[in-house]
Amino acid sequence: MSVEFRLITGRTREQAIGLHKGKASQPYLDATHQVEMSGEDMSRVGIDEGARVRLRTPAGSGEFVVREGDLPPGLLFVPMGAAANELIGADTAGTGMPSFKGQPVEVEPA
Amino acid sequence: MRGILGGRVYDPANGIDGEVRDIWMRDGRIVPADEIDPQGAETFDATGLVVMPGGVDIHSHIVGAKVNVGRKLRPEDHRGSERERRGGYWSGSGYTVPTTHLTGYLYAEMGYTTVMEAATAPLVARHTHEEFADLPIVDKGAFITMGNNHFLMRAIKEGRREEARDYVAWLLRASKGYAIKIVNPGGVENWKWGGNVEELDDEVIGFEVTPRQILETLGWINDELGLPHVPHIHGINLGRGRSGRTTVESIRALNGRRAHLCHLQFLSYRAGKGAMHLSDAASVAEAVNTASNLTVDVGQLVFGPATTMTSDGPLQHNLHKTMGGRWVNDDVESETGGGIVPVTYEPTNPINSVMWLTGLELFLLIDDPWRVSLTTDHPNAGVFVHYPQVIKLLMDSAYRAEMFAGIHRRARKGALLPELEREYSLYDIAIVTRAGPARSLGLRNKGHLGPGADADATVYEEKADKEEMFARPRYVFKDGGLVVRDGELVAAPQGRTLHVAPAYDSAIEERIREHFREAYTVSFDNYSVSEEELGRNETVPCDA
Amino acid sequence: MTTHEDVTCTFCGCLCDDISVEVEDGDIAAVKRVCANGRGVFAEHCSDARRPTVGGREVDFDEAIAEAARILDQADSPLIYGLSSSATEGQRKAVELADVLGAVVDTTSSVCHGPTGLALQEIGEPSCTLGEVRNRADLIVFWGCNPSASHVRHFGRYSVTAKGTLTPRGRQDRTVYVADVRPTGTSKTADHFLQLRVGSDYEVLSTLRLLVRGESVSAEEVGGVSVAELGELAERMKSCRFGVAFMGMGLTMSAGRNVNVAELFSLVAELNDHTRFSVIPMRGHGNVAGSDQVLTWLSGYPFAVSYARGYPQFGPGEFTAVDMLARGEADAALILASDPVAHFPRAAAERLAAIPTIVLDPCENLTAGVARVVFPTATYGVDAVGTAYRMDNVAIRLRAVLPTERPTDEQVLEAIIQALPKRAAQLEAVK
Repeated sequence: MSVEFRLITGRTREQAIGLHKGKASQPYLDATHQVEMSGEDMSRVGIDEGARVRLRTPAGSGEFVVREGDLPPGLLFVPMGAAANELIGADTAGTGMPSFKGQPVEVEPA
Repeated sequence: MRGILGGRVYDPANGIDGEVRDIWMRDGRIVPADEIDPQGAETFDATGLVVMPGGVDIHSHIVGAKVNVGRKLRPEDHRGSERERRGGYWSGSGYTVPTTHLTGYLYAEMGYTTVMEAATAPLVARHTHEEFADLPIVDKGAFITMGNNHFLMRAIKEGRREEARDYVAWLLRASKGYAIKIVNPGGVENWKWGGNVEELDDEVIGFEVTPRQILETLGWINDELGLPHVPHIHGINLGRGRSGRTTVESIRALNGRRAHLCHLQFLSYRAGKGAMHLSDAASVAEAVNTASNLTVDVGQLVFGPATTMTSDGPLQHNLHKTMGGRWVNDDVESETGGGIVPVTYEPTNPINSVMWLTGLELFLLIDDPWRVSLTTDHPNAGVFVHYPQVIKLLMDSAYRAEMFAGIHRRARKGALLPELEREYSLYDIAIVTRAGPARSLGLRNKGHLGPGADADATVYEEKADKEEMFARPRYVFKDGGLVVRDGELVAAPQGRTLHVAPAYDSAIEERIREHFREAYTVSFDNYSVSEEELGRNETVPCDA
Repeated sequence: MTTHEDVTCTFCGCLCDDISVEVEDGDIAAVKRVCANGRGVFAEHCSDARRPTVGGREVDFDEAIAEAARILDQADSPLIYGLSSSATEGQRKAVELADVLGAVVDTTSSVCHGPTGLALQEIGEPSCTLGEVRNRADLIVFWGCNPSASHVRHFGRYSVTAKGTLTPRGRQDRTVYVADVRPTGTSKTADHFLQLRVGSDYEVLSTLRLLVRGESVSAEEVGGVSVAELGELAERMKSCRFGVAFMGMGLTMSAGRNVNVAELFSLVAELNDHTRFSVIPMRGHGNVAGSDQVLTWLSGYPFAVSYARGYPQFGPGEFTAVDMLARGEADAALILASDPVAHFPRAAAERLAAIPTIVLDPCENLTAGVARVVFPTATYGVDAVGTAYRMDNVAIRLRAVLPTERPTDEQVLEAIIQALPKRAAQLEAVK
């Protein structure tokens, strides 16, 4: 079963700190390959903390580790980075800015 | 050595009024008669042509924080006003707010070789100098806004004048500035509380000082430090119907102390019916005529697009409310403020029409051209590329009458302008565009062609249409090198940044350091602009 | 051991300039007052002498320059992108290179506050420097931004807890609102948190505008927030002494983009009919504000500039890097001090691997991994001096605490410009 969510991406401290160690470093990769989800949604989708899920958008898909986050139901948060950008389309609505926040996304257990 | 030979020279500082002279230049300087050696010299035949010193603009907004937000704000201003890259010359864009290189090119192509940036907040002086580095050809300097400065106002309130003086000296050195600028003294600080000042004795909130005290103290400090220029003052009530009265009162408040009143046109109105303003140029000019301590520049309005930009924050909010369009405000911690509003001046608008004729009346009613400089307060009242049109208005009364007939009838009614038949001569023009502003600025090597002067010179072809004549010089020389031929750029060397370095008692620095800890967000030791950041520069000496 | 005081950290737009750095035996031994995000700027610096590479092979500087110049000279539609982590010295040369080449130059602004720049062009921007926030602000609103993660010392130096002349008690003298779609470290410090439904910023902001104008709103809830709560905020906004709104990617990256920002700017402008109110965009990279400034004074526009016609043209959506790359319009790229392969949508990032790309960066990044030519450059603010602009556009001088062993961005770009056959031809043409 896949459920539709909205995805937002953004800076986290772990991402920023991992950045300085290099984007091939484990701290950076760990920091950027996770998805935050509300506890309510985790039960709804039937997954636990630390589980791997596949996120899918029209632009692409990728695997992320689930972390329970303080988020409203229906909203997912992925730290900015190459992993998140697999999911982001290149349409900028004539502004130069892709939809880094608010992109519809499907979640399925990986 | 280069020579400009056989031209009719207008060099008012040396009393030369159209006499045929040869001008010789070497190593960036005008060569004294006894050192002329025409052997192997490059010469330019100026027979039948008019030779003047390079133009000097005493007040123009060309670079820095405000100007650059103006550029950012107005993409529509740049479209259609582009210049292509050619050879080693940069491309650029912008009409009222041209890019830095284009600004330097356009000034040089008009025969100007020195331009003063009219308002830089000390906190953002580094930005001004960064843009100066990308503004070629002309020599330039920055006026540093101080009329709403917390440290100064506190020192004034507590009666510590010497401390205020030392602080001003430190601030000019820290910002690598050229002169003291005062903008709406006290009014900009009050705007940070949503207010303004309306009279010279209104109180500045939180400081218990008045605009009058700020003017008096900075006037005293300027003389104490022996700065080459004088306090450069944008007074209170700019743009308002009571501005003529408060300008006259400010002149009295200066009480004989030397000062420069800038863009006086904007400060010479009286109230008319309803929201209408009328020209108060007659009373203001009378006050200026009797105050030999003063110089002024006019800030002549030119019909067409403009971008108003000033440190006078409350004025700009008021203008925004009147116009209803875009508005930028920028309050600068402990120092000053600012705002930007795009406008277009139309002869069909009665108030714009009054502004236009007020400027011309000031030009024609102030008797001594040595005390009047030609400006448009670029880009506030008009774009500097229209100086030739202003020159034509001054030299050609028939043209003036023709334009007057086209302005709004409510402005024409009862106006003094049609009665003023005075026409400026070429000698007068050389004063108000060169010799006068250079003298007011205290630039002894500029604005004239005497031995030892900077070899900045412009050669024009005399034409009946003075706008055409002044728009496209035959030759422009900067530091003795040819930069423009037939109105086109042939070289774009880097000019100097002119700044002052007045002496002060370094004991003041501990107090300033303390002030930084209390109120600033930048470390004291990171605030000053160092000389290494300037590139080509010159310290203009103080007299003290 | 040498201690350098008042060093500026270039990680984010706060440009904290009170950092203390101890250098021992030519290396950084200790850094004080720096935040967790910025520590790596010093602790993980890459300053050792390192040669450039062409196709992954180490080469002499001149050989790399010649290859970079060849790539750019032969390209029909080169893209110069990044700039925001360089100093203005490097940024100026990047724009000059674009002018000489007839290239497109775009900055990371286009994927952070580009929409804010578009809103500024439409509305203007009532703003102030950060010291005015420190000294005066009794109401602070964070809208769609999370400085507790992105600008860690912002609260203490400039906003929430900073003590200033009119705010001597710091936090106690201020009321703090946060508007965001999720609770964050920032919302946890706030007095009031407006949790918005994702994508509803515009509706909430326009409702606030109506309420500030005193108009009645019949809905009870807008965008997940009760209208009563918005009414209370509107009243606080009108009655505060000096209000400041900080805004971030929550507005610029969500549906509506520049329209969201324009609504906030309009609200702030209108609040000045009642009291004093300012807005400050939370600029991300250390000198992204400088890239806007430099590009604007040189071209007239803050980002998305094409010199293809021989003069600058502005075209967001056309000359922005994501669009140029995703549409396959760029046929060569020079990436200055940024990492688009990490931060662009996949379709755009992939194009960079398909075309000859030149990278100037102090550190190895993902873009360098796909680039043809890589110049390891000095780091402004660590081993090279330079100038950067803080988020409030105050220019700050960057000190160097280590000796420079690598060329700066400015030096590499100047060398490329000098080596361009196109430039030589341009100069020849006007002789």
